[in-house]
Amino acid sequence: MKKSEQSDTGWYFLAGVIILYIIVALIKPAALLPSLKFFLNIIIKIIPVFILIFILMAVINLFVTTKKLVKYFGKKSGVKGWIAAIITGIISTGPIYLWYPLLNDLQKGGVRNGLIAAFLYNRAVKIPLLALMIVYFGLTYTIILTIVMIIASIFQGLIVEEIVEAKA
Amino acid sequence: MDKKLVIAVKKAARALYKSLPILLGVILLISLLNILIPKNIYSSLFSHNIILDSTIGSVLGSILAGNPITSYVIGGEFLKQGVSLVAVTAFIVAWVTVGIVQLPAEITLLGKKFAVARNITAFVFAIIVALVTVAIMVVI
Repeated sequence: MKKSEQSDTGWYFLAGVIILYIIVALIKPAALLPSLKFFLNIIIKIIPVFILIFILMAVINLFVTTKKLVKYFGKKSGVKGWIAAIITGIISTGPIYLWYPLLNDLQKGGVRNGLIAAFLYNRAVKIPLLALMIVYFGLTYTIILTIVMIIASIFQGLIVEEIVEAKA
Repeated sequence: MDKKLVIAVKKAARALYKSLPILLGVILLISLLNILIPKNIYSSLFSHNIILDSTIGSVLGSILAGNPITSYVIGGEFLKQGVSLVAVTAFIVAWVTVGIVQLPAEITLLGKKFAVARNITAFVFAIIVALVTVAIMVVI
């Protein structure tokens, strides 16, 4: 996909969603204000994460060369690459879609697709949220689910990579 | 060094600006779905078949999006209403790992093949993870 096409797609998508809002405003006007309020609440919540991702991207642009990326997260990164993807996935914060631009940069820089998939899967394991999960579902359940998910992330990463790299 | 810093910051700003309409669209869509679909509708969808329920859980978790805390709250409510732990587990796992709403953003930024493969496998894995987790719980 060309760069201009990529940015146009985004604007078309946003325009489509705005049209959807206009339709909802006509059919069910009572839903409009609560939706916009919900939207504003999310925006306020994600601003700090957005700033963090901006800083991270700038730092990566400044210090991390493509060569280094390929060395640590490329085809030959091995076990260390998987461990790094799992750990960074767990410690990363904020909604999943906020990380797409950074991952797009890393993907272009030669990072393995399997590691990107594993990173995204491990975003489901959130340390601050584990306490809450324990409250709702118990300690044993939380520990087992967390371990099973980390293992699943590796299998999923490998499968995604196989599919993406298979010749059409 | 200063020049390099300016270039690095500009590059990051450009990348984020490019993804801005997609991010805004996804957040607007999530907000609309959260308001339009009442939460108590979901529990009525479950049967008492372990495979079918975990699949329904994974489907619901895939469609819905938002903070994981919300999925725990809804999952907790499901359990109270008698929905099985396997179904609830598939639901909370798919909630974070599969994103139908953010799929356009993922396709645009990470590639169609990657995004579709990742979401489909994450959907299947939500069911597998749920079955394995609950099976281990039963054995222990």
